[in-house]
This record gives sequence, C-alpha cells and structure tokens, in this order.
Amino acid sequence: MTDSTAGMTPEEARRADEAHTGPMLAADGTPLKKSLARALRRQKLRALGLIAPLLVFVLITFVVPIGDMLLRSIKNDIVADTLPATVETLADWDADASELPGDDVWMAFYVDMWFAAERKEHTRLGSRLNYEQTGVSSLFRKTGRRVDRFDTDVYTDQLVDLDPSWEDPASWAAMLDGPAADALPLTAETWERWKEFNVEEGDAVLEEDVPDFLFTTLYYELNNGAEVDGMSDRLDAAKAAVGEFETVSLQEQFADADEDWLDPEVWKTIQLYSPRVTSGYFANSVDMQLTPEGIEPRPDNQQIYGILFKRTLFMSLVITGSCIMLAYPVAWLLSNLPMRTANLLMILVLLPFWTSLLVRTSAWKVMLQQQGVINDVLVWLGLVADDARLTMINNQFGTIVAMTHILLPFMILPMYSVMSTIPPSYLRAAKSLGATNWTAFWRVYFPQSVPGIGAGSILVFILAIGYYITPEIVGGNTGTFISNRIAYHISSSLNWGLAAALGTILLVVVLVLYWAYDKIVGIDNVKLG
Amino acid sequence: MSEELVIKTGRPDMMSFTLPVVAGLGLILGFLTGNVIGSPWIGLVLGTLIGAGLAYGLNEMVPKKSIGRWGVIIAFAVIGLLFGGLGGAVGGAIIGAIISWFAYWIGRGTYRDDVPIYSTPGQTLWWNFFLFICGAIFIFLITPILVVLPLSFNAEDFFTFTPEMLRLDPEGYSLKHYRDFFETDDWQLALKNSLVIAPIATIISVSLGTLAAIGLSQSHVPGRRAIMAVLISPMIVPLIISATGMFFFYSTLGNFLEGTLGMSKGLVGYIKVILAHAVLGIPFVIITVTATLVGFDRSLTRAAANMGADPVTTFFRVQMPLILPGVISGGLFAFITSFDEVVVVLFVGSAAQKTLPWQMFIGLREQISPTILAVATILVVISIALLTTVELLRRRSERLRGMSPG
Repeated sequence: MTDSTAGMTPEEARRADEAHTGPMLAADGTPLKKSLARALRRQKLRALGLIAPLLVFVLITFVVPIGDMLLRSIKNDIVADTLPATVETLADWDADASELPGDDVWMAFYVDMWFAAERKEHTRLGSRLNYEQTGVSSLFRKTGRRVDRFDTDVYTDQLVDLDPSWEDPASWAAMLDGPAADALPLTAETWERWKEFNVEEGDAVLEEDVPDFLFTTLYYELNNGAEVDGMSDRLDAAKAAVGEFETVSLQEQFADADEDWLDPEVWKTIQLYSPRVTSGYFANSVDMQLTPEGIEPRPDNQQIYGILFKRTLFMSLVITGSCIMLAYPVAWLLSNLPMRTANLLMILVLLPFWTSLLVRTSAWKVMLQQQGVINDVLVWLGLVADDARLTMINNQFGTIVAMTHILLPFMILPMYSVMSTIPPSYLRAAKSLGATNWTAFWRVYFPQSVPGIGAGSILVFILAIGYYITPEIVGGNTGTFISNRIAYHISSSLNWGLAAALGTILLVVVLVLYWAYDKIVGIDNVKLG
Repeated sequence: MSEELVIKTGRPDMMSFTLPVVAGLGLILGFLTGNVIGSPWIGLVLGTLIGAGLAYGLNEMVPKKSIGRWGVIIAFAVIGLLFGGLGGAVGGAIIGAIISWFAYWIGRGTYRDDVPIYSTPGQTLWWNFFLFICGAIFIFLITPILVVLPLSFNAEDFFTFTPEMLRLDPEGYSLKHYRDFFETDDWQLALKNSLVIAPIATIISVSLGTLAAIGLSQSHVPGRRAIMAVLISPMIVPLIISATGMFFFYSTLGNFLEGTLGMSKGLVGYIKVILAHAVLGIPFVIITVTATLVGFDRSLTRAAANMGADPVTTFFRVQMPLILPGVISGGLFAFITSFDEVVVVLFVGSAAQKTLPWQMFIGLREQISPTILAVATILVVISIALLTTVELLRRRSERLRGMSPG
C-alpha cells in the first residue's frame, strides 16, 4: 500500500483503484513498463560491455587481416603508383593496333622510369609484371641501370647554349610558378615530382643541377607547340629554336637499353595492369589470364591451379571418407560398451587428439619412409624384397594415411556424442519384430546416426581442405594441397596478390561449408573433449 | 547382460573346430616366423603342428589357464633366446602369448561370451571380426605415437630401428638426442620462445574470452548469433588463410609499431606472434566456458547480490570458483593451440621468434635428425599430462554441478 491509499476504507480504495486508469507504477514512481525497459537496456549494455573488449580484439587481430587479404586479391596499385604519367598517357593507346605507343608515352615513361630507378622501385614493378609476362623483370632491371645515362643531355646542352640561365634551378622555379606552368603541364608536373624527390632525399632542389629529363620534357612540349608566347624572352627564344634542335629518339634510347621495349606485348601488359583494381589475380588462380580481349583460358601446359583445386577436393573427400569408415565402428563400439571400458578406450582416441600435430606427422614420416618402420617390418617378415621397398611417402598415399590418422579423432568424437544418445532398445525392438541384423542396423540404427556422420564429415572436410603442414612434409609433389601453393606464393615467389586470390577462393568454399554445418548441426553444438 | 542370464554353452568340439582353427593360426605365425629365418615352408609345417598340439594339449591336459599360458610363453621365449638372442626371446614370448591365449579362447568357447545365446555361428564370427577391426583401428590410432618413443633413444642418427635396438642391446640405446635437445642453442631458443609465447597468448585469450563468455550467457544479448560467429571464426577459417591474412596485415602493424612507436624489432616480433596466437585460442575458451555457464545456477548470483555482495565480489567469490574448471580447460586448449601452432608463426614471426613446432618443421623438411623424436617424446609426455588434467577437471566440474561423472 502506498501512502495515498493509507487510511482509506476498503470501499474507497476499491473505487480509487477503479478510477486509477494510468500505467502501473514501480516503487520509485516511474511507470513500470519504462522501468522494466530501462532495466533490460542496462542488462543488454552490461552484456555488450563484457563482450566488447574481445569483439574489438578479434575484429582487429583477425577479421581486419582477413579483410585485408580479400582486398589484396584485387588491389593493383603498384603500376599506377610507380608509373603515374605513363599510365595516364597509355590509356589512350590502342592496344589492338599492334603499333608501338606514341612519343607522349615514351616521354612520360622516361620520366617515370627515372624516378622509379632512383627510388629502386622499378625492380619491384618488374617482378610484379613478370607474373603476367615472363622476361619483364629483367627488362626493367636492365633499363633501370641505363635510364640515368640516356643521351638526352643534347637538349640540356642546346638549351643552355641558347641561354645560360637555363642552368639555374631558381629560374626554373620562378618560371614554373607563373603562367608557364599552365602552358607546359608535363614540365610543371615533372618539376613538382623532382621537388618532392629532393625533399625525400633531404636535398635542396635549388642547389641541385636541373636534370636532363626536365630539359627533355621542355623540349618536347615546346616542340609540340606549347603556347608560351610572350611569357619570357628565353622561352620565346627556345621555342623559336627547338625546330632546328639536334634530337634524340627516346624510343631508340629504350630499345638500346633492351630491344624488348619494341615488343607491343610489353606495353599491352603494362596497359592491362594499369588500373588500381584488377581481376587478374583471380583469373590466374582459376587458370585463366587477362588479355586485352578479355579473360581467356591459359594454354594447357600452364594450367596448374585447376588440377590443384581438384586434387585438394578429391583428397579431402577421400580423407573424409576413410575417416567415416574408420570412425564408425569405433564410435559404435565406444557408445555400446560399458562406461568404464569405453572411457579407457577413449584415452586411445584422445591421446592422438592431444598430441602435437608435428609429433604425429614426424611419426608418420618415421613409419612410412623407404627405410621406415613399416617397410622394415615387411622386409624382415620377408613379405617385401629389400630392393623393392614400398613407396608410401612423398605421394598422395602418404598424405591420405597421415591426414586420416590426424583427423580421425575429429570424426570419432562427434559420432560418439550422437551415437551415445541412440537407445539400444530400438535395435532390440527391430530385431524382435523380425528384422535381420542388417535390416535392423540399416533401417533403424544408421538413420539415427546420420547427424553424427554429417557433423564429423563437415568438420573433417573443412579441416582437411586447408591443411598445410602434413602435406608439405609427407606429400612430396603429387600429394600437396592448394594451401602449399599459397604458402609457396607467400614465401618463395612473393606473388602475394595471387596468394590472396587463392586464399579468398578457399575461404569462400569453407564459408559455404560452414554455413551448411550451421544449418545441419548449429555452431552452438560444437563440443570439445 | 546380467550374470544370471549367462548360459554356459559348453566347449566347442575339439576335433572338428578347436584343433583346425588353432592350427590355422599356428600356420600363419609359423609361416611368418619361418620367413624371417628364410625357410617359410618348414615354419609353416612346424607352426601348424605346434598349433594343433597346443590346442589339444592346453585344453585337454592343462585345466588351469594361467599355468598353461605362462608355460607356453616361457617355452617359446627360451626357444627364441636359443635362436635369436634377447630380441628373439621377446619375439618368442609374444608369439607364445598370442597362440596360448588363442588356444584357450577358442577351446573354451570364450569367444561366444559377448554375443547372445541365440546367435548363429555366422553372427558370432561377424561380431568377433568386428572387434578385431576395431582393435586394428585403435592400433592404427596409437601405433605412430608409440613408435616414436623408443626411436628417440636411438644411439644412431637414423629414423629407423637399428639391429642393436632390436636385439635390446644397451649399446643401441642412448640419451644423446635428449642431450642434443638440451644443449643446442637452436632448440633452446625455440623452447624458450614457446614457453614465452604460449602462456602470454593463453592469458590474453582466457581473460578476454571468459569475460565475453559471461556476457554471451546473459539472457538478452542483441545480435548474439552474429557475435558468436565472429568470435568462433578463427577456429573455422583454415589456418593457411588466417596465416595469409595475418602475414599481410601484421607486417603493416609491425612497421607501424617499429616506425611510429619506436619499439625494438624483437619486441614487435613477439607482440605480433602473441596477438596472432591469442586470437587463435579464443574460440576454444569461448566454447568451453559457455558450455560450463549453461549449467551455472543463476540464482546463486542473485542470492549473493541479495546478501549485499557487489558484482565484482560476486564474480570472484561465487561465479568464478564454480566455472573455474571450464576456464582452466579452455585455457589448456588455448595453450595447446599456441604451443602446437606452426603455420601462423611461420608466416608472422621471424627467425628470432622460432618456436618448438617451427624448429621441428624445419627439421623434418631439411636436416632430418632424431632430436625431433626426442622433442616429440617430451611433447607426448606433456600432452598426456594435459589430457589427464582436462579429464580430472571435467569430472570435478560435473561433480560440482551435481552430475554423475561419466
């Protein structure tokens, strides 16, 4: 009773209560509904507050890296970052015409290459493009060494002969600060890049000699009719004189460095990989290639990923299948034996489960190799001749045996947990109704054990499809998985984009399986030990 | 089947069943033994005769099973000793044990004990065949681990059993690979790294994971399924993909820590590996702790609050002791995940963060040395210890929650 109702007669209180049509109130006077909602909100916030640190941790240390990998599988900044001017000019070049690009491209490429070579970025770009066209790597390396010594100093000499003030960097800075910058866009942009480069190197641009390539761009733009009339005397003089200049063909200079520059295929590759986003890595990872005409299959002798994906799927299926075959009888036995015996036998399942993966893999190496335990025993028993020892390692057989052993506990445990819930009386009932042993098993017991098989199979399959260590050690050449190829691209060939694309495809496959697992079993039902 | 229902079916017929079956096993064992010496056919005939003789002799003349079995084992061991030294004696004892057990098992009808009385001979055969298959699978599961143990005491630098080892000659055994493990800098660095990285990663995943599991077990959590999926994902995504993603991202992170925050290269290396391992261990902590919390009686916390305890006190004095077994076994899973992990550390770490599995992996791929087997043996011993701990904790947890230990 609250204070307001105290002292009333029951009749009055009843009437007051009838008249009271407002919301029900909590002890502190707020409406009960609101108060409950607030309590619920506080509870939710507290739960989220407890989860938040871990969620943030997992997002930063795990989800973001995976997202980063996905991005990397399509990201292709290196060409546009290293050769910015070339990419811009090359966009207009018609790759189908099988003609070499025009002078503007050679001009831009000369400037880009000079900066790339000074920053030692040309080798990285070369190895990037080498994934798409072999030989490009050495092409860039050779050219990088030569680009500083091109014969473009003829322009420098001739311009300086016209007016010695061209040698003064300050005059360039003053000129390109004014209206000349609009008239000479390439020269102005190149000057900006030159300034930036000097800042990076810690040099003062005004104390450095004006480089040859700036004179070259100036000559090029003046020669192409840049409108610099009346801006300054020396520009007018230069413009009047350039027509008579002794010239140097940049195309020939590059061809001198390496004649492959005259191959339009090289330029097609550069143009094809200029965009910042590319489907090239994905095309590669399904044995296709990006061509100017679109995505085309690779020649037969270069197709490896299709084979690898198929092999990975096939071997994972075989491993899952053999795990089912081996786990089913064991799980059945464990769930039908008395508790004490079952627990003892369970140790034999759990011990391998808890033993280090490397230990089990090395054990299989010891067992399977030519001078290994199994071969020794067979030879000792006289079943196999000493000079005809079985080859059981460094092939598919080795991988399948070792991985079946390693993944078997992951099959037995879910099967066991399902089978131990099947009442044995069902089988007895079926038999007493006249079923044969086989019918009773196949029509009564087996259908009830299917969820266990499903759970175990998906678990084993997901684990098998991404396995790396065991195939690497016992797989040799024919028993390796797609994951070994990913590791190869990460650590040996350094083709990280391709590794990311292969990883992305694998991840999609696994996520689809995981989704199926969630539908069939539910992630909350994952149990350990 | 309860005791009073067992009906003694009597012994199978000696001449038509016991004698031929045991002689058959003798034939196989004799053939194999003879093959070792080089005269399989003599072994075959002798084995058959001995098998038949034992079947008759043991079942008809030696009613006391233990005397019969030990007699045969000792006799076979002595014969083995005469022909093949100490190793031969062990082999002989094993063969003797097998054949004498088989002779009694067949001769006394013990093989029918586990099948119902109405089973046909075919069903009995199938049941015993099934047991035999299961036994073979258990052997398949455990043999690789058992083979590693003796080989780690090999005196030679081989991965195989030497003749000295087979003769049980003490010369063939030594502790040199263990000495190698404890004296080589490479292995010691790896051991040290493993012992630094795994515990710190475990502490991070257990503390964050337990808090989150408690949060997840509240009754109203918005987006529970989505959050759960994110938290479990490190376990679902194949390691090679996690490692690839981490390889890219953690090198950027490492550059940031080194460049902007000015940390030393070694420290950054450890931070990267520890963070990566911590996140890999989190799903195991979440799963085990949420499973423990399912059985947690919520009225206990309300009772504590009712008696005036603040939430922190309630957590440490009431909730924590009850869910501790789950937390510890989650922690053990997280520990073993980190301790056993090699792909991510290969991708994320540098040589200075080399862990034990990394060193073993390198060893298996390049210089094959039985030191790996010595390490493997030590790891097996550790995993047996962990397995025992988890099992004891599980029983304790069930006892605390009033369930009968299963």
